[in-house]
Amino acid sequence: MFRFLFHRLLLIVPTFIGITIIAFAFVRVLPGDPVLLIAGEHGVTPERYQRLMEQFGYNRPIWEQYWDYLVGIVQGDFGTSISTKRPVIRDFLTLFPATVELAFFATLFAVVIGIPAGVLAAVRRGSWFDQLTMGTALVGYSMPIFWLGLLLIIFFSGILGWTPVSGRIDLLYFFPAVTGFMTIDALLSGQNGAFTSAIRHLILPTVTLGTIPLAVIARQTRSAMLEVLGEDYVRTARAKGLPPGKVVGVHALRNALIPVVTTIGLQVGVMMAGAILTETIYSWPGIGKWMIDAISRRDYPVVQAGLLLIALVVMVVNLIVDVAYGFINPRIRHR
Amino acid sequence: MSEPVTVATGSREPGLAAQLREFWYYFSFNRGAVIGLVVFILLVLVALFAPVIAPHSPTQQFRDALLTPPSWQVGGRSEFLLGTDAVGRDILSRLIHGARFSLLIGAVVVVLSLSTGIVFGLLAGYARGWVDIVLMRIMDLILAFPSLLLALVMVAILGPGLINTMIAIALVLQPHFVRLTRSAVLGELGKEYVVSAKVVGAGHLRLMFLTILPNCLAPLIVQATLSFSTAILDAAALGFLGLGAQPPTPEWGTMLAEARQFILRAWWVVTFPGLAILVTVLAINLVGDGLRDALDPKLKRS
Repeated sequence: MFRFLFHRLLLIVPTFIGITIIAFAFVRVLPGDPVLLIAGEHGVTPERYQRLMEQFGYNRPIWEQYWDYLVGIVQGDFGTSISTKRPVIRDFLTLFPATVELAFFATLFAVVIGIPAGVLAAVRRGSWFDQLTMGTALVGYSMPIFWLGLLLIIFFSGILGWTPVSGRIDLLYFFPAVTGFMTIDALLSGQNGAFTSAIRHLILPTVTLGTIPLAVIARQTRSAMLEVLGEDYVRTARAKGLPPGKVVGVHALRNALIPVVTTIGLQVGVMMAGAILTETIYSWPGIGKWMIDAISRRDYPVVQAGLLLIALVVMVVNLIVDVAYGFINPRIRHR
Repeated sequence: MSEPVTVATGSREPGLAAQLREFWYYFSFNRGAVIGLVVFILLVLVALFAPVIAPHSPTQQFRDALLTPPSWQVGGRSEFLLGTDAVGRDILSRLIHGARFSLLIGAVVVVLSLSTGIVFGLLAGYARGWVDIVLMRIMDLILAFPSLLLALVMVAILGPGLINTMIAIALVLQPHFVRLTRSAVLGELGKEYVVSAKVVGAGHLRLMFLTILPNCLAPLIVQATLSFSTAILDAAALGFLGLGAQPPTPEWGTMLAEARQFILRAWWVVTFPGLAILVTVLAINLVGDGLRDALDPKLKRS
């Protein structure tokens, strides 16, 4: 087990270096003057240009610049935002919990509905339930989620007036951000109605962000289940006279879940991209909206660092999924 | 699938026709796929004949008809079937012209990513060694980023616009083609027909493109279809974020971005462009599923 863990950790090093190279190259190699990009200025005087050149070190060889960049990142220096003048990493850490909270609930939504739906569809293969579920899943999979988000606002906020349109909590509640997770902080604050308000603000963003993972998980669960249900050990379990519920729930589902776990892990990258759209629609103060705001303000240090940090998050989550996969599937671990 | 031998003996035409007939036989089993194909063909026709079909110009502003509701609603006008937007442009006409952009984006992205992907994949699988390692590491790195995020940042730096959108999306989709081509090539390389072509004296380019490639096409076709819909979806997302096609281009995602501030006042400016995206993407995905079932011999036997 330790060898397996060690191997996975080693594999992360080249990926990490590659990600930093791409994030570095994006701002340095793509067309456009890096000084003007980073400084966010237009029409600077030649003297100021020269000074900025030296300040950012652009007059030095490119590999030296990359080395400095890499050393900075390892030490936790991701650059400074042009607009807030604060270290990028601080803004990131302040906003990141909002995105994690949203992504957590979206995953929960997708898993809690997707896995039972997929299992039931597989067990009743060809039934109307199967066809309906798979049809809905295909629609969900093809869904432009930014449009779905707008439709949900029109219907649930506009027509029915059930849910708020934007933000994380009603403005009348105010309490310190202990964990950064609004639902937990609201509970900790002990204020009446704060938790309900936080949940109400979460509903629409959760559904919006969770729709594509839900569709993917339902489809994947169904096909994994179908494969497993045809295996010999399932036939054996049936032949032994085990109740159908036990055969499906214990013998089949456990094995079918192995590929599904990987799928859930892969959805994290999809969700990080989806968070950009979802957070923009609902003015959700997370890193997706932060990225978009940085792009529109031409705050390139933030864009660069955001790209890098999100990729690192995805990398770490994939590592965790890989390790979890090794735990539940001994066949992988011992290879 | 037919044997490669039939191609080699020179009876190319009947072989191809038989292949197509066999393909259609399996494809038409899938009702959804056929419906998807019909919708897709209709969309192509709409895009081709957009200026003829559209009742108005997509950019003409009817100053006396701002935010007119669809014609069946109270206050709607019969000349604006799906209503008008905030500056009085006919939504139906904009949607019809928008089909041109979406299909163009899908086609350009697929051609770009498929052609570069095939070349790199053939190179990696055929040459092996350090070429293979370097190419595949680069592809892995591109895949390490969430694709929409990478495309977004690329467009943000290159500058917003339709061309940059297509380049960025093609770049992030292309690793899938490289991987598929490479693994297909590796599977084919050792087979007898390749060896015999080599013995007869076929050059590297001939071996790569004429001998091996035609036998790797099935997974590439399926992936190309799915990339087509992904490209449309991602381009619309970028348009929605203000980075794709710029106003007044009647691109569907861009239309949604312009409509955002009116969502609670005028549902139609938001509903129809998104519906157009959904229907298009869904139709293509249906076709893709059908193609996968029809072209994948493993599924066919079961």
